[in-house]
Amino acid sequence: MNFAVISDNLLYFMVGSWPNGPIGGAALTVLLSLASALASAVLGLALGIALSQSKGWPGMALRTVLGFLRAVPVLMLIFWIYFLLPVVFGLDVPGVGAVTVALALIGGAYLAHAVSAGIDSLPRGQSEAARALGLGRWDALRLVILPQALPRMAPSFVNQWVALIKDTSLAYVIGVSELSFVATQVSNRVMVYPAEIYLFVAAVYYILCMIVEVGIGRAAARYRIRPA
Amino acid sequence: MSSPVISIRNLSKRYGEFQVLSDCSLDVARGEVVVVCGPSGSGKSTLIKTINGLEPFQFGELRVDGAGVGDPGADLRALRARVGMVFQHFELFPHLTVIQNLMLAQVKVLGRSGVEAAERGMALLERVGLADQRLKRPAQLSGGQQQRVAIARALAMDPVVMLFDEPTSSLDPEMVGEVLDVMTALAEGGMTMVCVTHEMGFARRVADRVVFMDRGRILDDAGAEEFFGASGRRSARAGEFLSRVLRA
Repeated sequence: MNFAVISDNLLYFMVGSWPNGPIGGAALTVLLSLASALASAVLGLALGIALSQSKGWPGMALRTVLGFLRAVPVLMLIFWIYFLLPVVFGLDVPGVGAVTVALALIGGAYLAHAVSAGIDSLPRGQSEAARALGLGRWDALRLVILPQALPRMAPSFVNQWVALIKDTSLAYVIGVSELSFVATQVSNRVMVYPAEIYLFVAAVYYILCMIVEVGIGRAAARYRIRPA
Repeated sequence: MSSPVISIRNLSKRYGEFQVLSDCSLDVARGEVVVVCGPSGSGKSTLIKTINGLEPFQFGELRVDGAGVGDPGADLRALRARVGMVFQHFELFPHLTVIQNLMLAQVKVLGRSGVEAAERGMALLERVGLADQRLKRPAQLSGGQQQRVAIARALAMDPVVMLFDEPTSSLDPEMVGEVLDVMTALAEGGMTMVCVTHEMGFARRVADRVVFMDRGRILDDAGAEEFFGASGRRSARAGEFLSRVLRA
């Protein structure tokens, strides 16, 4: 093993050709992850709340859309957004944007079911009690249901965000120079150190995922509510 | 007698094929305490939940303090703010402290200031003997204490009527008394109350009237003395029910 190849190329692994070119490497992976995690959380919360509140055909329609997003491979969705939108709508989507949108949609669809299940997991009496006091549906949800349901959803959010960090590596297929893309570049250039390079890449992904896991775990523990 | 606070006329409700309530009629006058009893599945909890619009119904008429509950466009939020409800499983909000439980709806629904809501909340906690518990979470209280807080929470809205849905059914036996004491004091203070309960001793001591339900119908609606008396004018089903409950 010769890890000099890592230290020689460390800056490139971390930030790509920045500041002389666009930001890349691990920094881009982090940015992609942050943007799509945030967007998937907002989308997942909104759709999950809608899912738990809607019955009949609107609920069915929503379920169908979510089912579709969960069934599509991430790679396929990235391709569609990157290649199809410009053809069909004449929209020119930058690679980074296409990946973020694809991951946000798929992550949001998964999270929507977790959010909806979290809301439904509370005893029916809680929302009855809130409504019996005269709170409207939205206030009952915001002030009584979600503060109890959100900490219960934390493990699902960790799962989803960890999966999402790793899925950012799929961005390489449309030439977005995130961590696994620059790693492949370096590996192809130096030819003889793939084991060292990909071990290093795995370690970086591991650290990123652990940060999410520990961070969310701590936050959830602080807000965890003992049921009465 | 002035016009009743609650007036239920020929109310019926179905869940699909299942008839939960059949042709129920009931008046509750201001200051009256009505106990609703009957075997489980008789529709008594459903009946009490129609009164504040938590359970919709298909036929009949229901007026609370003059407002039609089943009317299209009825302002159910305004109605519920004036009808206090106490649940079998307390349903305190576990993420809030005791005093926050009492303040939430006062602030969000009645628009009271935080100070005003806290003062009203503290006064009611004093009344149910739990002022010193104000900063605890519900999970730190006993069942009996939780139910007393739940009663105080409902009272904080200054309701015109209080509904109790089996308030002592999920309590350990030694805690039933403290909750019934609070309810008795409330009744003596002139509160209009509808209580679904199996506590026949409480019914006998406190209730003005007893309503007996079976299979979604109101079979008996009588004065408490009349209902419990030896020469009791009650239905055969109610007699059976009483002998079973009192034997237990």
